[in-house]
This record gives sequence, C-alpha cells and structure tokens, in this order.
Amino acid sequence: MDVSGSLIRNTAALCLLWLPLQTTVFAQTPAAPPRSGIEFAGADVRALQADDFANPGMLWVARGEKLWNAPAGRNGQSCASCHQSASASMKGVAARYPRVDAASSRVVNLEGRINRCRSQRQQADPLPYESEALLALTAYVAHQSRGLTLQPAAKEEQVALQRGHEIYHRRQGQMNLACVHCHVQNAGRKLLADTISEGHGNAYPLYRLEWQAVGSLQRRLRACYFGVRAEQPAFGSGELLDLELYLARRGAGLKVETPGVRR
Amino acid sequence: MLSRVQVPASARRGEVIQVRIAIQHPMETGYRPDHFGRRIPKNVINTLVCRYNGVEVFRAEMGSGIAANPLLQFPVRAQDSGEFVFEWRDDSGERGESRAAITVSAG
Repeated sequence: MDVSGSLIRNTAALCLLWLPLQTTVFAQTPAAPPRSGIEFAGADVRALQADDFANPGMLWVARGEKLWNAPAGRNGQSCASCHQSASASMKGVAARYPRVDAASSRVVNLEGRINRCRSQRQQADPLPYESEALLALTAYVAHQSRGLTLQPAAKEEQVALQRGHEIYHRRQGQMNLACVHCHVQNAGRKLLADTISEGHGNAYPLYRLEWQAVGSLQRRLRACYFGVRAEQPAFGSGELLDLELYLARRGAGLKVETPGVRR
Repeated sequence: MLSRVQVPASARRGEVIQVRIAIQHPMETGYRPDHFGRRIPKNVINTLVCRYNGVEVFRAEMGSGIAANPLLQFPVRAQDSGEFVFEWRDDSGERGESRAAITVSAG
C-alpha cells in the first residue's frame, strides 16, 4: 500500500511537471537511440533469450514452421505453396510491419496479414487472435527477420501514426496514466520489482515468463491497459493496431528479436 | 506434443555429451482456478524416460513444481552410434515421443 501510494504521489508530481511539455513531445527528436526491452532484463532472462534451444519461444517457432508447410483451407494450399521457403520470402517482413493498407487505409499487422492470406488465398477460416496456431505462425514469420532493423515511418503512415501518437500520450484509466508516463519519463526506473522498459515491440511475439507461453504484442498492450485500470480494447481493434504501428516506428533502428523472452 | 531434442550429431567414444529436450506443455499445476472458480485439473508430464540404444540413461518424474514448457538437460557418456529415444506421458494420458541420432567414432 505504501509503495503504490508513493507511486501515485510521484505520478501526480510528474504530471504537473509534464503538462507544459505536452505539445512538444512528438516534435522532439529522441535524445538517445531506442533501447530494446532485453537491455532492461536480468542476466537470467537475457541468457534464456540468447540460447536458441533453451528459449521456450522457439517451440512456437518450430510449430509455426510445421503450419507454414501444412495445407489449409478449401484450396488445399499451404503458406509454402505460394511463398516457398520462409527464410527467403519472409525475411525483413517483420521489420516493416505493421503497414497501412492502401485500399482500406487501415493498419494491418502480421497477424492480420496472415489471416488475410488464409481467407483470400487459402480459403480457410481466419485464425482467432491469441490462438496457438496464429501465435506460432506469427512467431515463425517474424523470426525470419531476427537481427534486421525496424524500418522508419513511411509517408502514407502519417495519419495512422498521428492517431497512435495521440493514444500513446492520452491519459486513461483509474490510474490516469498514459504510455509515455512509464515508458518514456520513467524508463529504467523500478515499478515494484520490475525495471520499466522503453516499451518497444521488437521482440514480439515473445515468451513471457508470467504467461508461461508466447503472446502477441496486443496481449501485452492489453495487460498495460489493465495495469492502469483502463478499459481494454478488443484484440485486433483499430486502437491497438494504431498503437502497434506507432510503437514499431518509435522503435525504428532496433533489431527484431523474435522470439524474445521477458519476465 | 511438440518437442525439440538437442544431441550432438557426432562424438568420440567415451566423451561426455550434453543431451537436451524441450517439450511444449502447459504443466497445469492443479491449483489454479478457471474464470468460473472451478479448479483446473492437474496435468503435468509425470514421467519422461530417455533410452540410448535401448538402455535407459535418464528418467524424470515430475510434479506440479515444474514450469510450463519444461527443458531437461543431462550428461551421457557416448558409447556407440545409435539413437536416443525419449518417451513421456502426462496426467491426461497423452503420450509423446522424440528421437535423435548420434554417430560415435572410435577414441
């Protein structure tokens, strides 16, 4: 009680300091290059992520590889039927996604892109969000870009990025906090026993020890909404997609780590 | 059940090698309630056996204290070329099996 009380007091103090800066945040160039969440993790977590056999996320990648080659849907086609070897065709994809779809001007993330392939090309039912199959396929596809650099924003993304920027800086929930309050202003500091990271999405889908499973970036974002006691947007909603895009561009320059490991 | 096995492809006779296996499994403890307050039944991999050319070299009996997606590692002295066969069983009765080959050269 004491700790959370002081957190609220600190936050209240921070809010007062922060208000005059509010309008200039987007225009500011970041003072330092972005730091991946793994840099804030302990030695044990870093060792687990670095070991490709011990990293439990690799089990999902292995499952994704099987699904990539397995026929699905009424066309009887697998991902590999069109895209052949993922190591060539999917390389770099996760460094560019999410993207803004030109036709609908909606943000499409990797999960959405995989499901679009399923419904339009394979004539299969889309996989539900957070299903084992969708997580495995997404992890497998994203894994092909491991070590590649997240790309900067493109011109056609500006409108969606502005929306994402507003969500990132919008106070919400009973705690009345925005993303920026923890992940910019207090990154590197402690929140109870955890070190607050800069909140980048470059290792997703990742294995979170708390979940004992691989989860999507949207699952993690919803956990943050829960943390500030705000209403959680549905999986695949426009709000989470805008936020995902904003996070990806905010982290431009970071390397893809999928499958990452975090506490 | 999906699993990954790591055994060196080759070794010298008498060499001590590390064998690793990772299995995707929820390792449900039996202590967690679901969203309706009902207890989720315990379901863990209770027994895992590894045989090297038919000889049992490793056995694990696990309980609810083992985390999900267990990773097991143990040392074995390489004797002859052949195969490691892993077999395991969980509380729901599901069985799993995985194999890995090794080539052992003299001395």
